[in-house]
Amino acid sequence: MKWEKLSAIRLIEELKSGSITSEEISAYFLDKIKKVDRILNSFITLNEKAVEEAKKVDKNGRKGRLAGLPIAVKDNITTKGIRTTCASRILENYIPPYDAEVISRIKREGGIIIGKTNMDEFAMGSSGENSGFGPTKNPRDLNRVPGGSSSGSAAAIAAGLAPLALGSDTGGSIRAPASFTGIVGLKPTYGAVSRFGLIAYANSLEQIGPMGKNVLDTAYLYSIIYGEDEKDSTSLPSPPLSIERISDFEAKGVKVAVLTDLVSRVDEPVKKMFERGINYISEIGAEVNEVKLEGIDLALPAYYVIACSEASSNLARYDGVRFGVDCRTNLNWRDAYKEVRKLFGKEVKVRIMLGAYTLSAGFFEEYYVKAVKVRRRIRDGLKKLLKKYDYVAIPTMPVLPWRIGEKLDDPLYVYLSDALTVPANLAGVPAISLPIGLADGLPVGIQFIADEFEEEKLFGLAKRFEEKAGELEVVDL
Amino acid sequence: MSHVKIGLEIHVQLVSLKTKLFCSCSADYRGKPPNTNVCPICMGLPGTLPVLNEKAIEEAIKVAKALSANISNISYFFRKNYFYPDLAKNFQITQYDKAGGIPFATGGYLKLSNGRKVRIRRIQLEEDPGRIYYEAGIQEARYSLIDYNRHGIALIEIVTEPDIREPREAREFLEKLSGILEELGVPVGEYEGAIRCDANISLMEGARVEVKNITGFSAVEKALSYEITRQRNLIKRGIKVERETRHWDERRRITTSLRKKEMEEDYRYFPEPDLPPLTIGKDVLERIEGIIKPIEEVVRDYVKKYGIEEVVAERIARDRRLRALFNRSVKDRPDLARHLASLLANEVPFLMKRREIELPSDTKGLLIVAEAKRDGLDRDEILRLLDNWLHGREVIYRKVAALREADLEGIVKKVIERNPKVVKDVKKNPKALNYLMGLALKEVKGVVDKKKLFDLLRKSLGL
Ligand SMILES: [Zn+2]
Repeated sequence: MKWEKLSAIRLIEELKSGSITSEEISAYFLDKIKKVDRILNSFITLNEKAVEEAKKVDKNGRKGRLAGLPIAVKDNITTKGIRTTCASRILENYIPPYDAEVISRIKREGGIIIGKTNMDEFAMGSSGENSGFGPTKNPRDLNRVPGGSSSGSAAAIAAGLAPLALGSDTGGSIRAPASFTGIVGLKPTYGAVSRFGLIAYANSLEQIGPMGKNVLDTAYLYSIIYGEDEKDSTSLPSPPLSIERISDFEAKGVKVAVLTDLVSRVDEPVKKMFERGINYISEIGAEVNEVKLEGIDLALPAYYVIACSEASSNLARYDGVRFGVDCRTNLNWRDAYKEVRKLFGKEVKVRIMLGAYTLSAGFFEEYYVKAVKVRRRIRDGLKKLLKKYDYVAIPTMPVLPWRIGEKLDDPLYVYLSDALTVPANLAGVPAISLPIGLADGLPVGIQFIADEFEEEKLFGLAKRFEEKAGELEVVDL
Repeated sequence: MSHVKIGLEIHVQLVSLKTKLFCSCSADYRGKPPNTNVCPICMGLPGTLPVLNEKAIEEAIKVAKALSANISNISYFFRKNYFYPDLAKNFQITQYDKAGGIPFATGGYLKLSNGRKVRIRRIQLEEDPGRIYYEAGIQEARYSLIDYNRHGIALIEIVTEPDIREPREAREFLEKLSGILEELGVPVGEYEGAIRCDANISLMEGARVEVKNITGFSAVEKALSYEITRQRNLIKRGIKVERETRHWDERRRITTSLRKKEMEEDYRYFPEPDLPPLTIGKDVLERIEGIIKPIEEVVRDYVKKYGIEEVVAERIARDRRLRALFNRSVKDRPDLARHLASLLANEVPFLMKRREIELPSDTKGLLIVAEAKRDGLDRDEILRLLDNWLHGREVIYRKVAALREADLEGIVKKVIERNPKVVKDVKKNPKALNYLMGLALKEVKGVVDKKKLFDLLRKSLGL
């Protein structure tokens, strides 16, 4: 039986019915990872105790809503006893003494953490190439990038190495790889999912989110992780989410706004696919409106200023005193810091420098304060639009997945590829990416954005859309 | 000492709290083995988030209120970024009054004994860093050890305007502040390092010099005196005082240069994204207002409500324990307010100074003493009764034996009528007066204010 071909929800039914055990299925996926991941490089660390934990879940009667289902977790989400590196050499040996809140929730529902997935170092990147543990490949085309920063989680789902995965999204880090690998990924409302245990890149922008082969699987994982957490002061209560209501969602008459000026600037193959997507939207009975949003061009620079500013402060703690290499040197402490911080990759150093600059005296007003103002404007603009329309629809990525290494000397190209995903992070609203289909054999994703805490509505429309567009099969590697 | 301007930056640990500012580790970090009073949050482990200790807000409100400061109904936490090994995250969560920041409270003042007010610029909440130990002293040590037990302890920073004119005043300010804190239940004096101070000083509108690392109130006075002399000498020799940060060397009793202005750190302040704005609801303010009012207001209330003399009212208002006793006992017997106040402001502190004793919480005995005082019992007797109360012994005062003015007059009249011969003699012979006084005292059954009786006797005799 090829278990990876089944949906996660179906697998859970099988587990509940007893036709398969958690031990079997965990061993099956671990085995597959060991075979395939030599090519793909989607995992950094496997959970050595996964099978043992699965046995325990079996012994207890596969309780909980995950009933012993294996789940892949991005390596910037803290897991007690399992090395958590953020794909950085500076955290190469870091084993956290506590679980992130989302991990506790998954374990409570009988989920098995199968391993920690590769990513752009500290979630900084859009291609999956900036990893201290080597780039992840796109299972749809092994010469191409899978998108980032949740590159490993997306690649693992697309290659059938895990039924479900957790990613994190600061400026598109769930949606970009979901789009590039042809899977589904949700960036939840800011505050809907606890960030406790998410290793910070840019705290005010990021959220942990679910990734899956299809809309219902993704919604199912979301229904387990969302909810207020007293350990995260920025978390908020969400309205209850129902998988049944998502399945029964009525798309007829809902209003979708397409941001035409953004769409006009995407690459030709993406534009063509997006037009097909617009047709699907009409076909499911939704009303399509062409709309312009003022000031959306400023989203990208505002995003980078805010993200890098926060990052420069968040990453200051990796100084070798407690993280990184052994700090006992003959150097004085400033020089010792310099030595240890060489362990950061190039992109991380660039963003720390950028952030230190935008926060420094004399530049703070010019960059940070301005960026915060732009952010408020984009938030207001998007919220206003979402009062008038139920959804905003745009492509997820403006380009097709590029070849690995191709854009290493063109960082601006890579930065610009975030242009369509960052507005949702700046506004704090939820956004989902799901496949429209393949262009030249490469996946193209559509992105739906809804108002705060309207995840259910977002999954509903995505479900109807998916029925038109079809799911992409997992790749057999 | 003209043209001297001194401002203070005081860090106060909220020693009354049970837990740290952003995690649930114990606030009682002293004397524990290194790095045992820690958790992932205060160790700044990746992925952890701060959660504000609600009690810390209440304590900060009390302090701000006691200093008559304006509490911001919304304030923000900021990150102060600088690399130092005692900071687990290499930034400190604090508050800020620039870059769009609003501190916890602004304004307010503290009055010195000479009547001058030292204005408060701002009061803010922040976390204490850990501690660095150099085993062989900072010069000789080949390595440093870090203890994070203190990391994350709740601090309030109080920044004054440069309203202090002499080192002595700086010391007085700190002593007064420490007294107020103690009254609020934050006994900083009982814990080593719980109140720490940096001082800014400038002479003749010259450059501002910051002196750091001053521990202890007398050290503040010494450090500032040294600094004034140093700057005076520079000015005399025609050398410009430079803006810089200096370090107080307690052992050598001098200040030494730490860094010049151009080497000042850029802290890259920005709003802490992990903490929502701190809003102070009206309900919280009102609840705390019930517990604490500015001293001046308490004094005003006492004077107005009970007709107590201002000096007396202030003496009670300033001492948390006296105030609590007064409030509790006066509630039952407002008619005794002035006597209670007088006892608590004068006799009680007098007795307590003589012996090391604790104030009892029982008010019954105190009320009896106040009645005796109202009845005019003489001071020695009052002190004896008070002493009984202070030591938890029963206070017995036979009210029946208490003699009012009318009773005394009756006694005097009786003595005069029965001894006409002696009365005749009284103007020539002083001994006659003492004899009559002795007779009068014999008539008294119980206790009497001797002076009053004597005065009355003299008056009746036309003396
Ligand atoms: Zn702690």
